Amino acid sequence: MLHLINKSPFERNALDSCLRMARPGSAILLIEDGVYAALAKAAHAEKIISRMDDFSFYVLGHDVAARGLNDAPLIEGIDVVDYEGFVDLVAEHDVTQSWL
Amino acid sequence: MSEMNEFDENGPEVIKRFMYVNRKAPYGTIYALECLEVVLVAAAFDQDVSVVFLDDGVCQLKKNQDTTGIGMKNFSKTYGALDDYDVEKIYVEKESLAARGLTEDDLVIPVEVLAADDLREVMAQQDVIISS
Repeated sequence: MLHLINKSPFERNALDSCLRMARPGSAILLIEDGVYAALAKAAHAEKIISRMDDFSFYVLGHDVAARGLNDAPLIEGIDVVDYEGFVDLVAEHDVTQSWL
Repeated sequence: MSEMNEFDENGPEVIKRFMYVNRKAPYGTIYALECLEVVLVAAAFDQDVSVVFLDDGVCQLKKNQDTTGIGMKNFSKTYGALDDYDVEKIYVEKESLAARGLTEDDLVIPVEVLAADDLREVMAQQDVIISS
């Protein structure tokens, strides 16, 4: 399953709920304000780092750039994808769940 | 006529302290852009205006924003206009910056970084607080 997170982890608990409910082996793509969860130096980084073995994490590069985060270190192991990569992820997984 | 009287009673010279509190990241919602526009309009009315950035609001001021990939206007440069409108009291909460791995050097405009303990006192002095 592909999980989409589009809310900031500082403002909503979408990422927490997703990490709690998603089956190991799932893919998690951070988009829109969800990309703040990918910041290596931010307070929520450990939540993702500690689950690297359970999930494959992706982040949408266009949303990272829009927020001025291209010069900020992202968590190692998160794959940066573009819109084509986003489409590929949706196509590769039978179900997509949005944690709105 | 009655409007004129009201105006006279209060006096146009009455200056209130208006504080605009930004707590949302840019682009994910329209709040950040709308609040910036409200501040710029309000600044024309010769009031005592201050602007605060806390929680995800600090992300509005991040340098190097490039929105070409998301098809939205990059309004981060517009914060530079606050100074032109004589909005000089711009506060950023220290703890919110730190939680996001950011420092004052990451921001598009000069600001006053205040710890929550100090920002609380500035907030307490306001007549009107508008949140977004």
